[in-house]
Amino acid sequence: MIEFWTSFGIWLGALSTLAIWSFLYKDNPFYKVAEQIFVGISAAYWLVYTIYNILIPNLFSKLIADPVANWIYFIPGILGLMMILRIIPKFEKLSFYPLSLLIGTTAGISLLRFLKSDVLTQTTATMLNPFAATSLTVTIGQIIIIIGTITGLVYFYFSKKHEGFIGANARVGIIFLMVSFGASFGYTVMARISLLIGRLQFIFGDWLHLIK
Amino acid sequence: MSFSSIDRRWIFLFILLGVAIPLIIPIGFKLEVTSDVQKVYDLIQNVEEDKLALISFDYDPASKPELHPMGYAIIKHAIEKNHIIVCTALWPMGSQMADDIYHNLKAEMPELEYGKNFINLGYKAGGMVTIQAMGKDMRKVYPTDVSGKDINEYEILNCVKSLKSFAYVVSLSSGTPGLKDWIMIAKDKYGVPVLGGATAVSTPGFKPYLNDSNQLNGLLGGLKNAAEYEGLVKRKGTATAGMDAQSVAHLIIIGFILLGNIAFFMNYKKVKD
Amino acid sequence: MNYIIPLIITFLAGLLMLVAEFIPHKPFESIVSELEIWFMIISGFAIVLGQLSLLKMNFFKIKYKSEGWKYCIVTLASFFIMLLVGIFWGTESHAGLLGQGKVFVDSIGVKPFDFIFNNIYQHLMAAMFSLLAFFIASAAYRAFIARTLESSLLLVSAIIVMLGNTSVGSSLTSFLPQSLNFLHLPNLSKFIMDYPNLAGQRAIMIGAGLGIIGSSLRIILGIERSWIGGKK
Repeated sequence: MIEFWTSFGIWLGALSTLAIWSFLYKDNPFYKVAEQIFVGISAAYWLVYTIYNILIPNLFSKLIADPVANWIYFIPGILGLMMILRIIPKFEKLSFYPLSLLIGTTAGISLLRFLKSDVLTQTTATMLNPFAATSLTVTIGQIIIIIGTITGLVYFYFSKKHEGFIGANARVGIIFLMVSFGASFGYTVMARISLLIGRLQFIFGDWLHLIK
Repeated sequence: MSFSSIDRRWIFLFILLGVAIPLIIPIGFKLEVTSDVQKVYDLIQNVEEDKLALISFDYDPASKPELHPMGYAIIKHAIEKNHIIVCTALWPMGSQMADDIYHNLKAEMPELEYGKNFINLGYKAGGMVTIQAMGKDMRKVYPTDVSGKDINEYEILNCVKSLKSFAYVVSLSSGTPGLKDWIMIAKDKYGVPVLGGATAVSTPGFKPYLNDSNQLNGLLGGLKNAAEYEGLVKRKGTATAGMDAQSVAHLIIIGFILLGNIAFFMNYKKVKD
Repeated sequence: MNYIIPLIITFLAGLLMLVAEFIPHKPFESIVSELEIWFMIISGFAIVLGQLSLLKMNFFKIKYKSEGWKYCIVTLASFFIMLLVGIFWGTESHAGLLGQGKVFVDSIGVKPFDFIFNNIYQHLMAAMFSLLAFFIASAAYRAFIARTLESSLLLVSAIIVMLGNTSVGSSLTSFLPQSLNFLHLPNLSKFIMDYPNLAGQRAIMIGAGLGIIGSSLRIILGIERSWIGGKK
């Protein structure tokens, strides 16, 4: 019995894949139905996992087990309900209170973390002495990092018109940005092909048994 | 029919065949291990026995072909080194990805045992803020494991207080929340070594973190690095099997780029003439 | 009044986060620690709101027979089937209202929720994203043209990185002598990734970081109010 259901599951997976891929020929009802099934299941999955993994262990069990000792959890519970009330236009403004807490907390943490990790540490990491490097390649590379980072930042500086000295620097900056975008494109191709490989490994392996 | 008017469905067919044929008939190209991959391996290799490792599954089935092989290889390596694996997820489907790896790896490694050297704590929302909360009190964020069982019932978690209880963190990440948040909080705020497994799309963006401050202690980027790690831990999996197809597909795409340029310049010359 | 209290809450929450970073002692540390747990719980409710909003939109589409309304029935049906099996028999590791669904586990091997996830949802999602492989190939052919110096640089670095990141790349230049080792494709690709790419990415990272710091400050100080409708 289990073997039948395993095979049936593989067939379902293969048909689901083919329904999505049918879009490559042209838009059609099979694709649209598969797309809507995907949306529906996805939403329900998120809901079920949120209930089982967050709302039950971190809120409801605490309030049910000992509401007096855990009274403080009534606050996020009530704020959460106010958030849900946003679904009713009449009570939309109640959601501003939980939202303000989320936004304030995120803004505070983001400010600190981006300042430390993405601004200060990255700036420190650019303060290199290329002539202390062990090889010529590293020396050249570190000079590239210093020039590229500074000129790249100049390119993003829009408070002054890009002409004269700033313009020349910005022009060098864009060269580094273009090399960077090229590398990103190369990696994007790699990622997309990997996803197709994964699918074909399923089609030719699990379904058609053409791959050993 | 000119180059520029080619129906894109022919291109689709070419790519499909280019990936499918090497999968069915492998060529067997060799792989070289890159330094960022070696760094991941070395860090795990040098951590003492019985230390705790936190592996965060921050991806869903869309990125499974790239990140799942990394998960297998890293967990296999850590278990062989007798580390205790604690799984978390910042993406809801990440929790199921961890379970999937556990069940499949269990068939190969009988020493892998839930509650003894592997625990899945499940998914939590909140990204960066939740990681920061883990940094202060792990038990407050995770009062239970994924099945709803009180974590106090697991002896191996007795010593877990906060993120600092872990010897290293690995984030298998396909976006936000993910590796970037772990670097910013676990490493830059709490000083816990962070290793990354990222999709190829996001790999170039993580390169600045591989600096002298070791914001990121090592990075596996995309299927190629996953295949290299499979080679290091001697577990040839789907990443290694896919590398021939990856190579051929890249060559086809480069071919298309060159054809596109030839077509453009031929057309340009014609218009100019 | 409707806007003033939320703005005050935002200010206080943001300020507390900043203060607790520099004074990591009581009472700030414990208040912030509690706030972070609240954040996680409220985020959970926000996810529930998202799903309810999707349901509402689909119900309205069916009610008013908007374009493609018949497909909304499919969305709702798949939503409720997945939700009900999840609530009644739970997920792989979690029991549902009716227990562990032993009848299903004995007959189909897994719980219904996991059967749908493993055999339909995973494949739909993976197939959906694999479509991008086809479209990126088509885009490479049509849009990746060396019209200017900048686009030529982009193209050359992309080709080197693509070749360097495959096994075939190292085979292509394996004949090079040791003195020309830096031209070996994987080495060339690594050089691009580790230096010019890193410089460009770092410039973007610092620039974006400064931008995020600026916006965060504007939000905490109540200058940026678009999230409550942009009212002054």
